[in-house]
Amino acid sequence: MYAAVVFLPLLAALIAGFGNRALGDRGAQLVTSGSLILAAVLGIVVFIEVALGGQARTVEVLRWITVGSFDVSWALRFDTLSAVMIVVVTVVSACVHVYACGYMHGDPSVPRFMAYLSLFTFFMLMLVTSDNLVQMFFGWEGVGLASYLLIGFWYDRASANAAAIKAFVVNRVGDFGYALGIFGVFLLFDSVSFDAIFQAAPDKADATLSFLGMEVHALTVICLLLFIGAMGKSAQLGLHTWLPDAMEGPTPVSALIHAATMVTAGVFMVCRMSPLFELAPVALTVVTVVGAMTAIFAATVGLTQTDIKRVIAYSTCSQLGYMFFAAGVSAYGGAMFHLMTHAFFKALLFLGAGSVIHAMSGEQDMRRMGGIYRKIPYTYAMMWVGSLALAGMPFFAGFWSKDLILEAAYGAHSAHGLFAFWLGIAAAFLTAFYSWRLLFLTFHGAPRADRHTMDHVHESPLTMTVPLAVLAFGALFSGIVAYEWFVGHDRAQFWGAALFVAEGNDAIEAAHHVPTWVKLLPLIVSIAGILGAWLAYVLVPSLPGAVARALRPVYLFFLNKWYFDDLYDRLFVKPAMALGYGLWKSGDGAVIDGVGPDGVAAATRNLSRRAAALQSGYVYHYAFAMLIGVVVIVSLYLFTQGR
Amino acid sequence: MTSFPFLSVVTFLPLVGALAILVLRGSEEQVARNARWIAIWTSGLTFLISIPLWTRFENGTHEFQFVEYYQWLPEFNINYHVGIDGISLFFVLLSTFLTPLCILASWEAVTKRVREYMLAFLVLETLMVGMFCALDLVTFYIFFEGVLIPMFIIIGVWGGYRRVYAAFKFFLYTLAGSVLMLLAIIWLWSTFGTTDIPTLMTKSIPGGVQTWLWLAFFASFAVKVPMWPVHTWLPDAHVEAPTAGSVILAGVLLKMGGYGFLRFSIPLFPEASALFAPLVFTLSVVAVIYTSLVALAQEDMKKLIAYSSVAHMGFVTAGVFTLNSQGVSGAVFQMLSHGIVSGALFLCVGVVYDRLHTREIARYGGVSDTMPRYAVVFLFFTMATIGLPGTSGFVGEFLVMMGAFQASTWLAALIATGVVLGAAYSLYLYRRICFGKITRDDVRAMLDMNPREVAVFAPLVAVTLWMGIYPNSFLVPMQASIDHLIQRYQIAQAAPATVIPASLASN
Repeated sequence: MYAAVVFLPLLAALIAGFGNRALGDRGAQLVTSGSLILAAVLGIVVFIEVALGGQARTVEVLRWITVGSFDVSWALRFDTLSAVMIVVVTVVSACVHVYACGYMHGDPSVPRFMAYLSLFTFFMLMLVTSDNLVQMFFGWEGVGLASYLLIGFWYDRASANAAAIKAFVVNRVGDFGYALGIFGVFLLFDSVSFDAIFQAAPDKADATLSFLGMEVHALTVICLLLFIGAMGKSAQLGLHTWLPDAMEGPTPVSALIHAATMVTAGVFMVCRMSPLFELAPVALTVVTVVGAMTAIFAATVGLTQTDIKRVIAYSTCSQLGYMFFAAGVSAYGGAMFHLMTHAFFKALLFLGAGSVIHAMSGEQDMRRMGGIYRKIPYTYAMMWVGSLALAGMPFFAGFWSKDLILEAAYGAHSAHGLFAFWLGIAAAFLTAFYSWRLLFLTFHGAPRADRHTMDHVHESPLTMTVPLAVLAFGALFSGIVAYEWFVGHDRAQFWGAALFVAEGNDAIEAAHHVPTWVKLLPLIVSIAGILGAWLAYVLVPSLPGAVARALRPVYLFFLNKWYFDDLYDRLFVKPAMALGYGLWKSGDGAVIDGVGPDGVAAATRNLSRRAAALQSGYVYHYAFAMLIGVVVIVSLYLFTQGR
Repeated sequence: MTSFPFLSVVTFLPLVGALAILVLRGSEEQVARNARWIAIWTSGLTFLISIPLWTRFENGTHEFQFVEYYQWLPEFNINYHVGIDGISLFFVLLSTFLTPLCILASWEAVTKRVREYMLAFLVLETLMVGMFCALDLVTFYIFFEGVLIPMFIIIGVWGGYRRVYAAFKFFLYTLAGSVLMLLAIIWLWSTFGTTDIPTLMTKSIPGGVQTWLWLAFFASFAVKVPMWPVHTWLPDAHVEAPTAGSVILAGVLLKMGGYGFLRFSIPLFPEASALFAPLVFTLSVVAVIYTSLVALAQEDMKKLIAYSSVAHMGFVTAGVFTLNSQGVSGAVFQMLSHGIVSGALFLCVGVVYDRLHTREIARYGGVSDTMPRYAVVFLFFTMATIGLPGTSGFVGEFLVMMGAFQASTWLAALIATGVVLGAAYSLYLYRRICFGKITRDDVRAMLDMNPREVAVFAPLVAVTLWMGIYPNSFLVPMQASIDHLIQRYQIAQAAPATVIPASLASN
């Protein structure tokens, strides 16, 4: 049963992918959705047995690579951490599969789409159940492949292709760090399997490593390298540029991969590696600062975007920042908690947005929406649920997890903790603001779409609305149900050995003892954000334009995403292409060939013209050269014999 | 050990087939058909006979196996001595595996002088296999250089329209290298009175001389690999070669250099190898970064893949000279993987070239629509070439980088940039061929792969996955030989320096 959870989606992907003509659209949908629903049910059973029942286990599958002391196996590790991820991945994936049956209706390549989705799920499950760093890398790259294929699913669009390549290559930059991190781990521990590493970690707490000519604290450099990988996958500041562009993919993809699961892999990895990170305080500080910066950065950009999916994408980026700084202050349970609640409400928001786009005949620009809440009341309600959860309104899922993260950051009582706390508070205000900006612009006010589109606005079919209900259920109740397990009194028992927190680093404990104003502040700023949005987009609709004009440089800075894309384009993309062309033409062409073969040729041309008798063909040239060799051998032999 | 002369049969069976083709008579059409069938049967049978080499191979020992020894030129002490160890085993199999696929791939693509074409391929197979089995320097040299002759002919007769320039360039490079290596072989023979490789491995060569001999061998091997900056013959040769010629060139001939390093440079000249390792690392890093960037700018499909080959071989040379278990195994594995994957990529180019007769990337676009099966296969090998875990490409690259990290973190960090750049140029190529809107009628009219083409790719896909998911089938047999190689190297390093390592230092 344990292996079935992981391999069912693979099986489904193969059947749907290779049997596409025999199965037809309907068949592919049934096979993949059916398998995923089954996997989700099994996933819940796994969660109950492993996480709640405390029966962690590892299933060995096959030896993988054995070279010298390097020995790694295909093995599935089921502990609380992976069980949590399994539930999140399989449940959200099942919802998205069912939803996609409705959303992708009429697309010419439905089986291909369903196969990709299932394939992604398989890789993601391999990632989370891995028992060593290399197999995690397999899943890590595999989800990257699936993401690439799905972003570029509509491959006749140039923008989708560009976005797909960008996602893959930027992730590769992260993987560069991740791979070096694995090598560092192997060099230090002579193993890459989690059990062995974690066991030996305390002994290596003070070990040093010679890295790029510097003698540095080994675990710090290893953790930082691994974190570069996490930054790529989880779109943290600096390596975030691919995520907004990834919205070129169909909306179910955005919900599953670019909101609920794949992008959280980085957070998961940091939590998984907690026994190492705990021994590398500098690395934890970096994680905290990068997370906090991302939280605020993405929120500011989210304010100015007009594409409904991009707003939610930046929101995702920002929420991932929260998870990272939670991990950075050692509140791993909090990070995982937010990861789980976020998966539900963000998938809900994305699928809700998909439902809006579906209703608006493919329109994604909020400037051409408005005034549709009466026509699609169900979707409207779902978007409210998602937004309330995201903003952290009491009793919704986000309330429990986000507040805990902020409290833990404050409770950590470190400089970087406080830094994260205040940026997190500011981001919370912005989160509420842009969420309600989205709601007001999309559903309220005067309709800005053309009459034809407006006449066609309709509620989505059952296949799309039922998954929304399931996710809304999660967005409503996952926080209150899981609170005690993840971060409350039962947390030590719940997590067992899956997470490690060094003594004196227990920020979650500290979070329960922060002053009352700290507990109230997130709620206050969120309400302020909602009211602000109401003021700006309902009461005084001229206000946003006026503000944008008054603060034009700031507005442009946010609108252009802090100019990261332009900077990278000028710094890396264009120079690489120019350099490649230059090296080809002048390096290979002029210098190497010019001095080498072509130059020699030119120099000998006169000579060879005179020796034209020998110039009968190149094969003969060659034979001639060999002949000379034979002559040399023979004469040398004679020479040595004669001595 | 069995008495059946497996190696000689595997080596010379293709030659028998070649002779059979030579005596074919009849109308041109009949001869062509018979030549094809004889070639496929001979090479297929050769592959089958080579399989027991693997299944009967003893994993635990570094000793040469399936050894055959016949006196040849007793007065010169030069003999026919063949055998394989864990390193050469898979190169033999790679050669026998790729040849039938090449013949199958040329089934319809080659229409003129079919008899000569098939003949050349079978002779080529004999020479390749012989080279990897040879345990005598002179035998090795004959096979090593002989391989180039059918290759020249294949490029020169069935190649594109700049084939003469390409062959000429190849010739100049190879000539320089070969002459130096020949001189080194002569020195060894005149000093030790033998060209027997296992015997030579027991001799110790003075450090200063090692330096010069190492350089002489290096000149030849570096051209074959090819290492930067002697790589410029490769893109031209690939571009002009017919599809199957490119497959063998990339699949097997490029491995001759890497194999040479492992068989000769390191065991015979350990001190010089240590001395020159930094040089090799530098050239490897330059190769990886430089050629990856150049690949990014290419407009010709085959050139792009050719440049990517140089980059991938940069991983190999770096891995070989890390001289640790992961690095060397990774390098050998990377060579095998590259043999399969880049061969398959050239076949992928061939599939669309056969239909549109152009290699210009810009002429394609949107092929996914008309050739979905092809798009899947091409994507698969694109992913393999950029080293996606689960494919063979990952295991090789990953092990090499892991070995490199132990040798020098700088080396690892620099060659790891190749992983990022590799993804960029490969996906950029794939995008321009398969994605996008179809704008041209001739692209719209392209037919998907036929069953024969599927039959060519199916075994390649299977092997790529096998090597990616269960690489131990390959890594375990080579382990003992590689361990032995490293051990010998380390002993040579640990021994007190009785001679000054390099005469270079003195002048």
